[in-house]
Amino acid sequence: MQTVKMVVTGPFNAGKTEFISAVSEIDVVSTERKISSMVEKSVKEATTVAMDFGRITVDEDLVLYLFGTPGQKRFDFMWEILSEGMLGFIVMVDSTRPETFREARSILETFRAYAPTPYVVAANKQDMTDAWEIDDIRHALRLDAKIKLLPCTATQREPVKSVLLELLYSILAEMESGEK
Amino acid sequence: MALRGNLRDFSITQLLNLVNLARKTGTLFVEGPSETAQVSFRDGKLAYSQIGQEDSRLATILHKANKLTAGQFKIIQQRAGNFSDKELGLLLINAGYVTQADILDNLQQYFTEVVRRLFTWVEGVFHFDIETLPPAERINVRLDLENLIIEGSRALREWEQLQDEIPSLDMALKFADRPGANLRKVNLSVEEWRVVSYVNPRNTIHQIASATKMNDLEIRRIIYGLLQAGLVEIIRPAGATRPPPVHVFPTEDKDEQKSLVNRLINRIRSL
Repeated sequence: MQTVKMVVTGPFNAGKTEFISAVSEIDVVSTERKISSMVEKSVKEATTVAMDFGRITVDEDLVLYLFGTPGQKRFDFMWEILSEGMLGFIVMVDSTRPETFREARSILETFRAYAPTPYVVAANKQDMTDAWEIDDIRHALRLDAKIKLLPCTATQREPVKSVLLELLYSILAEMESGEK
Repeated sequence: MALRGNLRDFSITQLLNLVNLARKTGTLFVEGPSETAQVSFRDGKLAYSQIGQEDSRLATILHKANKLTAGQFKIIQQRAGNFSDKELGLLLINAGYVTQADILDNLQQYFTEVVRRLFTWVEGVFHFDIETLPPAERINVRLDLENLIIEGSRALREWEQLQDEIPSLDMALKFADRPGANLRKVNLSVEEWRVVSYVNPRNTIHQIASATKMNDLEIRRIIYGLLQAGLVEIIRPAGATRPPPVHVFPTEDKDEQKSLVNRLINRIRSL
């Protein structure tokens, strides 16, 4: 059995666990714990402390694993471990919380430093009325035009599929450019 | 228990706060990566400070503040070299060169500037010695620490923000590919120009900091400004040995790898 993995990362409450749950064929193995910080508790009740883990069986020989990183900075020691051997990574951004954009940028840079693998950025919660426009998020995150910034609603399967497919297209494109 | 530790765990601002609240008397010795400093307190107030081998004698401070002419400074060095700062201060006041307020104002400015420079130190060790009193031969001041603590807190917040923006100094810089961006038309400070002159995909930010003799905070501050202005981009250093990704693909064969990615694409599409 061959296995490959992708990592879903991003700030606290960006929607990583929902993203994996939307496409995983197993119930996401989550390490959520009740939040102790009063500030973070006002956003959600529980958060991922070690990792989320989802699976997509491709065929009888190949399985794709999706790993979600903990979003809170105090668990960032897990990031490097999770990034080892990843095919690519997705940075989730909460489009409705501009105060997390800088942290998203920082996480992106950190993961880029860990491994030179392709990545895409998913602007989550685009279905919300107070979501920032994609172009504005691109400016705020200082993303180069070459980097894919994709609208997403992590609670729905189709947008999540689109994000995963775009990452796979980027991986394929990089493999082909590396052959030239 | 001796008050000693690491600046990573206990910042200069926290130390000042402690000294202020406990109204401590003694001297804080700080060993940074390239310099040392000592800051003396009396009853929780700043009394004296000195950084490295910098000449902090009264005559030098007044000369740098343009309170003494070059000629006056030269004469003092020649004729009053053995005078203590207190003796020299009295002499200068009696001679009408400066007032008592001039002396105190300039010493306060100098001592607080030394402490401000310590706010940029994020690496280093410290210890507080209650036995070492402010040097008796130097003129001491009595400066409340509250304003300095607030300034230090701002510097700490800035440091945290800069760490978020530029998390790794192992990355390199390259000039942004922006048509029309012309460095010659941009007003850069001397420090910024020094950093710009080393911008090259082969130089890590660490190496630039080392070449320009800047600490982590100073180099991050300048690079942050250049990033915000869209003049540079952070990239992986050219020629850096990238650790090979561990088992990204279960096979080394390129065609098999492509086939694997295509199988993944087909599977995701079919979900």
